[in-house]
Amino acid sequence: MWQPLPDTEGWTFMSRIKNAFQNKKAFIPFITAGDPDIESTKEFILKMEEAGADLIEIGIPFSDPIAEGPVIQAADIRALASGTTTDKIFDMVEEVRETTQIPLAFMTYLNPVFHYGYDKFFQRCQEVKIDGVIIPDLPYEEKEEVRGVALKYQVEVISLIAPTSANRVKKIAKDAEGFLYTVSSMGVTGVRNEFNQGLKGMVEDVRKVSDIPVAIGFGISTPAQAKEMTEIADGVIVGSAIVNIVAKEGKNAGDSLFKYVKEMKDAIS
Amino acid sequence: MSKGRFGIHGGQYIPETLMNEVIVLEEKYEYYKKDPDFQKELSTLLNEYAGRPSLLYFAENMTKDLGGGKIYLKREDLNHTGAHKINNVLGQVLLAKKMGKTRVIAETGAGQHGVACATAAALLGLECEIFMGKEDTDRQALNVYRMNLLGAKVHPVTTGTMTLKDAVNETMREWSSRVEDTLYVLGSVMGPHPFPTIVRDFQAVISKEAREQILEKEGKLPKKVFACVGGGSNAMGMFHHFIGDKEVELIGCEAAGKGVDTKETAATLTTGSLGVFHGMKSYFCQDDYGQIAPVYSISAGLDYPGIGPEHAYLRDTKRATYVPVTDEEAVNAFEYIAKQEGIIAAIESSHALAYAMKVVPTMSKEDSVIICVSGRGDKDVAAIARYRGVDVYE
Repeated sequence: MWQPLPDTEGWTFMSRIKNAFQNKKAFIPFITAGDPDIESTKEFILKMEEAGADLIEIGIPFSDPIAEGPVIQAADIRALASGTTTDKIFDMVEEVRETTQIPLAFMTYLNPVFHYGYDKFFQRCQEVKIDGVIIPDLPYEEKEEVRGVALKYQVEVISLIAPTSANRVKKIAKDAEGFLYTVSSMGVTGVRNEFNQGLKGMVEDVRKVSDIPVAIGFGISTPAQAKEMTEIADGVIVGSAIVNIVAKEGKNAGDSLFKYVKEMKDAIS
Repeated sequence: MSKGRFGIHGGQYIPETLMNEVIVLEEKYEYYKKDPDFQKELSTLLNEYAGRPSLLYFAENMTKDLGGGKIYLKREDLNHTGAHKINNVLGQVLLAKKMGKTRVIAETGAGQHGVACATAAALLGLECEIFMGKEDTDRQALNVYRMNLLGAKVHPVTTGTMTLKDAVNETMREWSSRVEDTLYVLGSVMGPHPFPTIVRDFQAVISKEAREQILEKEGKLPKKVFACVGGGSNAMGMFHHFIGDKEVELIGCEAAGKGVDTKETAATLTTGSLGVFHGMKSYFCQDDYGQIAPVYSISAGLDYPGIGPEHAYLRDTKRATYVPVTDEEAVNAFEYIAKQEGIIAAIESSHALAYAMKVVPTMSKEDSVIICVSGRGDKDVAAIARYRGVDVYE
């Protein structure tokens, strides 16, 4: 929602995503839409909110997700095989919005967004109240591609930083919206035991130039890891560990997801 | 707009983890491109090791039989490792070495780029790992063994459709997990900037030679230049030095598979649409929601759902035209050139031959054409036999 703020030169955007980090550490689960089917995704989102999630990332499946490890790749394949489409995901979010106002972000690759049509995609995001998008194959250099149209429809484009970002961190952070997605390690998504040693320094670099909330993702699966990460940052993102539960339990994963999300949220509270 | 654009195409649509690496690669490439020592070293490798310059051969039998323009074949099949791929890998692996990398990784479809990359890595003393779709490691077991012989490790890729596009995905994933000592040696004029430019520059030697050779033999430029197009590296190399010669028609021949009106096709420019994938904006075979389509061609080297961004631009500006050629037409051309000229050309190159064979008879005997024979066809013999119902084991 837009509102005039007295201390800025003009209108500014009141970010629902930033609210997810207000006075608390944010727990951000990721789930692939349509895995195993779109009805289940709706149920899972509501269960995770009930369990204490602060912001939920909804993955729009893509045939060739180059930033994903095997777990989320497999979820994308299951979701596409179940007939999931971008339109069906928008419809599902619309239904979810009948009962919750939790901040929601889409996570997908640029081609499904491009092919849908940027204007139509972001307009639809605004209609169903999607607050942000995370597009791993849209780096800082290419952000202009969607910046204008996303702004027009008040959808925040989440930027990422990685262990290789080094001298890029400051310029990316200055430009970032919503929160800054900090990639914990080299490589693709997937459960890990070790993280990049430079994380703390990276977050400190961000703090020097911006007050944007920082959330760490990639590889986090245990409550202890989540706690460790929130000592450095403002939130944690967990994907593969959640998708693994859905992979094992399918449609019946709701209760296990509730339990897992609650355990993780409790660990960082 | 970001760097590395060809009109609206190209760009750098890759994860943040790889951005720093492609920026460094661009800087190093720009430096070494102008470094006389690097260029000298590369020329020596191309001439003394790969066997360049390649011949521009007057195909007299075909010319007489088809009864039109004079046919010249640019014989990239005579290079060491049997295809144009070596031009690019010698350049990129040498660049990797200069950059202080000790390991190269690459995708491969049929195995030609993988074999070339393993060859260059063996020669220059770098570790080499190749990612190849499981479908392709099964179909091209001999090439897997070849790569092993050359000291490379081959990883069968079991994700997605288990073919070339999945091999590219997996190589990108591997690169994003280990950039410190590793360079991704991309096999075609595709991917994020600076790869389309680097690969084109290293392949441009094809048209640099061909242009000089045809002027020497004919005293004038050819009317038309033909090359097959998958990602488009031999075609980009074959076109590059003719782009400024407006009177020379440039024709890219893409794989129609079982026909452009079927789903079993890889004819990107005929059936695809604008998209963003594998680091670049270009044309891709995709469905209504932007999911990348599984593609098909008898030729593993053309079995790719996209095309390099410079080709997309040449198409948009009408400087080049792109035509579909079916499996059947390509196999006929494969058999034809073998009988006419005693040359077993790659099934990929046979797509260019097939289209040229349709056009040449309508041309004046005073004019000439060049067809790029991008590779030799020994690797395809068993598949062509099977296509004709003859059961041959490799």
